[in-house]
Amino acid sequence: MKEIRWHGRGGDGAFTAAKLLGLAASVFGGKYGQAFPSFGPERRGAPVLGFTRISDEVITDHSQIYTCDCVIVLDDTLCDVTDVFAGMKAGGTLVINTTKSEEEIRSLYHGNDPVNVVLLDATSIALEELKAPIVNTIMLGAAMGATEMVQKTQLEEAIDSMMAPALREKNKKAMARAYDLVKGGAQG
Amino acid sequence: MSKKAFLSANEAAAHGVRLCRPDVVAAYPITPQTTLVEKLADFLADGEADFRYMMVESEHSAMAAALGASMMGARTFTASSSQGLLYMCEMLSYVSGARHPVVMVDANRATATPWNIYGDQRDVFAMRDSGWIMLFAENGQEALDMVIQAYKLAEDPEVMTPVMVNLDGFTLTHTYDLVEIPEQEEVDAFLPPFKTSNKLDLEDPKTLCQTVGPDFHMEGRYLQQQAFEKAKEKIAAYDREYGEMTGRSYGGMIEEYRCEDAELVLVTTGSVSGTTRIVVDCLREEGKKVGMIRVRSYRPFPKEYFDSIKDRFAAMGVIDRSLSFGLEGTLYSEVKAELYGGSAKLVNFIVGLGGRDIPKDLIAMMYDKLDRMQKNEAEEEVQFLGMRW
Repeated sequence: MKEIRWHGRGGDGAFTAAKLLGLAASVFGGKYGQAFPSFGPERRGAPVLGFTRISDEVITDHSQIYTCDCVIVLDDTLCDVTDVFAGMKAGGTLVINTTKSEEEIRSLYHGNDPVNVVLLDATSIALEELKAPIVNTIMLGAAMGATEMVQKTQLEEAIDSMMAPALREKNKKAMARAYDLVKGGAQG
Repeated sequence: MSKKAFLSANEAAAHGVRLCRPDVVAAYPITPQTTLVEKLADFLADGEADFRYMMVESEHSAMAAALGASMMGARTFTASSSQGLLYMCEMLSYVSGARHPVVMVDANRATATPWNIYGDQRDVFAMRDSGWIMLFAENGQEALDMVIQAYKLAEDPEVMTPVMVNLDGFTLTHTYDLVEIPEQEEVDAFLPPFKTSNKLDLEDPKTLCQTVGPDFHMEGRYLQQQAFEKAKEKIAAYDREYGEMTGRSYGGMIEEYRCEDAELVLVTTGSVSGTTRIVVDCLREEGKKVGMIRVRSYRPFPKEYFDSIKDRFAAMGVIDRSLSFGLEGTLYSEVKAELYGGSAKLVNFIVGLGGRDIPKDLIAMMYDKLDRMQKNEAEEEVQFLGMRW
């Protein structure tokens, strides 16, 4: 069972990305997936959470996610108001949209286990590829490039299946760019 | 070929409704309504379904409209939640007493005050004696399957009773999961078009006797009770029939999980059952003889089943996401009444009110308490678990 937590702000598509991942893993990846938001009313701009579970077996767990294999942070200002490393499993991966240094991000981690930190200036990629600072599919691509929980083609199928036609091609391109960038070991 | 999709339980239930080819959907679209009726509106707008969508001005009116439509022989659906269900309360008994087989979904959410939109089951249990059949689904797939079976059950000539399908608010309604959507032809074969003589018809004018004096009133109530007794066997029979068609069968009014040689069992409803399965599996690996009994049908209540297991387990705990103030958990009262005179030690765990999470370690703690009770250690009968203090 892989457990993934998304940190975003209301309206930035964090939960859409959490759903895309569950869809890619289950319908297109042959595994089981589950996705849920931080329950309750959403206010634009307020910190929100999204969650995804991926498993080879049927997922019957309906409790919250407390430990994570991967945490994805869409907006690094969230680090000021929340502990993005909370519940990180040993060997887990934090993927964050930031222009800060790795040292600065790692200084937020107070655990003793080894964790991976992947930095990406997703906002710049978004402005180039999407002409808007919307980073959800880019961060999805980056996180999956880093962890390979699902394949790039499965993410492309999920985007085709869930997103509006006008958004598909550019989001697939932006997602794939981030996937390849991170998988190659480089950091944007 | 059925199709797999990644859906919330609300969306899954909406697919279930679509596949049942309803004639009328009546809904009040404002809070505390759910995304279920939004999805139905999408189906209608996209030409994937063909029904009359009645947007009304309140939940009370939604149920009144459902009653009117059903009185014309229409297959009718509505959905609500929380305060909305409470506001429907008056009309619920009109529908059930007049024996109109409306199906509704209730997203189980806390009742005010304090206002809280999150999951618990106090809304449905407040409607206990409304005369509706009340079923509880564990996940999105069961939500879809249960809606389809609910129409078959409600419209059965020997039942003719409305059915409320209950989905834990947010924990199910807003959680996305892999769901198999049956083919329309499959559902058509399982669920024939709704036909009834209990309707208004210009060709065959009659009164539906919605006002009855003391000379006949009791007989009507007796017949309702008979219908619920009939429903008991039909719930299991239709579940089997559906299972033969789709490969998915859930077990009738209750489902036992790893109970064969169990000594300690938890009684559950809805989504917490799935989490409990994981805890049962873990404890079984440690050699503990634990199991789970999931209640799928609250009305009719599986009275005979609980009566038959009075002495089967050493200790039993009932998980309630509701309570009746001044007494105990709602489900616990009824399970305890049926187990009266038996040897099992009983305890009631009240958890998950107002959306509080029910984590696995809390469920493990419940089994631990049952274990202590089996060893004759004292436990308070009614316990609130997972509290801030």
